[in-house]
Amino acid sequence: MKVKPTGPKSVPHTKTRVTRAKSETFLLRLYVAGQTPKSMLAFSNLKNICEEHLAGRYKIEVVDLLENPKLARGDQILAIPTLVRKLPEPVRKIIGDLSNTERVLIGLDLLPRD
Amino acid sequence: MPKERRKLPKAPTGIQGLDEITGGGLPKGRPTLVCGGAGCGKTLLAMEFLVRGATQFNEPGVFMAFEETAKDLTQNVASLGFDLKELIARKKMVIDYVYIERSEIEETGEYDLEGLFIRLGHAIDSISAKRVVLDTIESLFSGLPDPLILRAELRRLFRWLKAKGVTAIITGERGEGTFTRHGLEEYVSDCVIVLDHRANEQVSSRRLRVVKYRGSTHGTNEYPFLIDENGFSVLPVTSLGLQQAASTRRIPTGITRLDAMLGGRGYYRGSSVLISGTAGTGKSSLAAHFAAAACRRGERALYFAFEESPSQIMRNMRSIGIDLQSWVQKGLLQFQANRPTFAGLEMHLTMMHKAIKAFKPQIVIVDPLNSFIIGGNETEVKAMLMRLVDFLKMNQITGFFTSLTSGGSALEQTDVAISSLIDTWLLLRDIEIGGERNRGLYVLKSRGMAHSNQIREFLLTNHGVELRDVYIGGGGVLTGSARLAQEAQEQAAQIMHEQEVERQKMDLERKRKVMEAQIASMRAEFEAQEAETLNILGQEQAREVHLTQERVDMALSRKADAKPNQHKRG
Repeated sequence: MKVKPTGPKSVPHTKTRVTRAKSETFLLRLYVAGQTPKSMLAFSNLKNICEEHLAGRYKIEVVDLLENPKLARGDQILAIPTLVRKLPEPVRKIIGDLSNTERVLIGLDLLPRD
Repeated sequence: MPKERRKLPKAPTGIQGLDEITGGGLPKGRPTLVCGGAGCGKTLLAMEFLVRGATQFNEPGVFMAFEETAKDLTQNVASLGFDLKELIARKKMVIDYVYIERSEIEETGEYDLEGLFIRLGHAIDSISAKRVVLDTIESLFSGLPDPLILRAELRRLFRWLKAKGVTAIITGERGEGTFTRHGLEEYVSDCVIVLDHRANEQVSSRRLRVVKYRGSTHGTNEYPFLIDENGFSVLPVTSLGLQQAASTRRIPTGITRLDAMLGGRGYYRGSSVLISGTAGTGKSSLAAHFAAAACRRGERALYFAFEESPSQIMRNMRSIGIDLQSWVQKGLLQFQANRPTFAGLEMHLTMMHKAIKAFKPQIVIVDPLNSFIIGGNETEVKAMLMRLVDFLKMNQITGFFTSLTSGGSALEQTDVAISSLIDTWLLLRDIEIGGERNRGLYVLKSRGMAHSNQIREFLLTNHGVELRDVYIGGGGVLTGSARLAQEAQEQAAQIMHEQEVERQKMDLERKRKVMEAQIASMRAEFEAQEAETLNILGQEQAREVHLTQERVDMALSRKADAKPNQHKRG
């Protein structure tokens, strides 16, 4: 795993990708609890999806609740892992290890709901 | 309970009555399931458990709310006198509102509830909480997908709570055929409490039952409970045994002749007295007499009125010469007037308990009992009365109940079928003769005293109740003007009889006088005759003596040697 989940932390991404006309920046926060296999899987899944669909306009923060338990309350976190789309509004929550790409895209409003 | 046995450690709830039923509280360090339908008081029970824990037992608590926000909760329980803000500020309580909205959540693979664990763990650690409430964790089932994962995680959660050593209350919505909709009882099996809220004939009553309590004895009945301005209170009064001390002291009824009917000294202190009768037979008047008599002795009387307002009762009683108002002003008499439909039976019972505890009366009047019967709730009314009577007896308070007998039904039958609870039962009845109704009073029973078996006519005069002997004779029992007529007739007959006797006496006297006169004249005649006879006899004797002397003299003169008595013999 490339990123150590140590609190809110922005993950830099490559700027070489072509940005879309509507350049909304996605602020994504991934809540994990320690470096469990599920968390690591979720992170790598997220990374891949973002690179593929949101290249150049996303920002990922990883929050480890074991280190900052207080933060669980703010975003109403129960399930781990939880991905919160802070921006653009409205806030969306996606739980699970993000292995179902289609559902992640739906959750991020990148695919229309059926 | 034997002391030497090692008992399960318990966490007292501080909730009135609940600790009695559970024998000391909830299982310490274990989760307890509290389930029931909507609006039955689960949240409040749980909240009071935390508040009491924090304020009375120095056990801080965490309230994890899945349904209400912290602000709503704080407002809701403020009316019960719980100041959550202050408790939170003093670090005695944490309220964590967990918001889950299914539509905002997308599930994309495996997950666990570690976030909840961390959140709860953090809240517990931040104030060193000993108590935890999860209200109601079943919301997770509607808020999160994949029930299988949820179940596994809940099982882990309850194990984790136990390992943390916190005493927890998990609330759950009642399901069909199960205690909770999602079968939480499968995981939380140490103690299960079911709350119930029933409405019967538009009057609702709340009940609590400890279904299960592992490792401990507990009351198994359904106990009524109340939620009022002081929070939760359970009434475990039915568990009371029949161990009340029986007083031998007697208290007057307020009516001298009624005292006389009850062995001369009135009711027993701490006994239960029932006055039953049809409408307008004077039940309340007897009650007022009793109350006024108690106040005159300097005792306190509490009057629960369920049909008339206090001012109406006072006005009516003034018309028969009983001044209740002055006793109210002196603080010896208190009225508590409510419509029976104002609240459920349990609420009434608890209000009565509270009023009795606050006023500490020596006598309590409930007028009338049977207004509580609405529809088919007689069993409940009886149960309530049993608890009331027990409570009064425990406190050596004399209970005075009136009961309205409906026309047509047997007089000896009260609607509430409580006769077995009653020590002294007076029956007032209408006696209809000669086109008028009059009141009669019997002592139907009176335990532990020699009481009169006679009927008395019961009069309401402007100076109170009067009891009169009724006329009992060939024509049956007569009351009212029939009795008066009969009495007048008897009086006339009596006078005539007396005159006859007088006449006969005079006659006899006259006869005696005649007889005595006759006797006197006969005696006078006799006496005259006797005197004459004696006179003749005296003359004869004198003559004989004279003759004898003459003979002796003659013999002497002839010189005869014969003795005079020889002459007599010859």
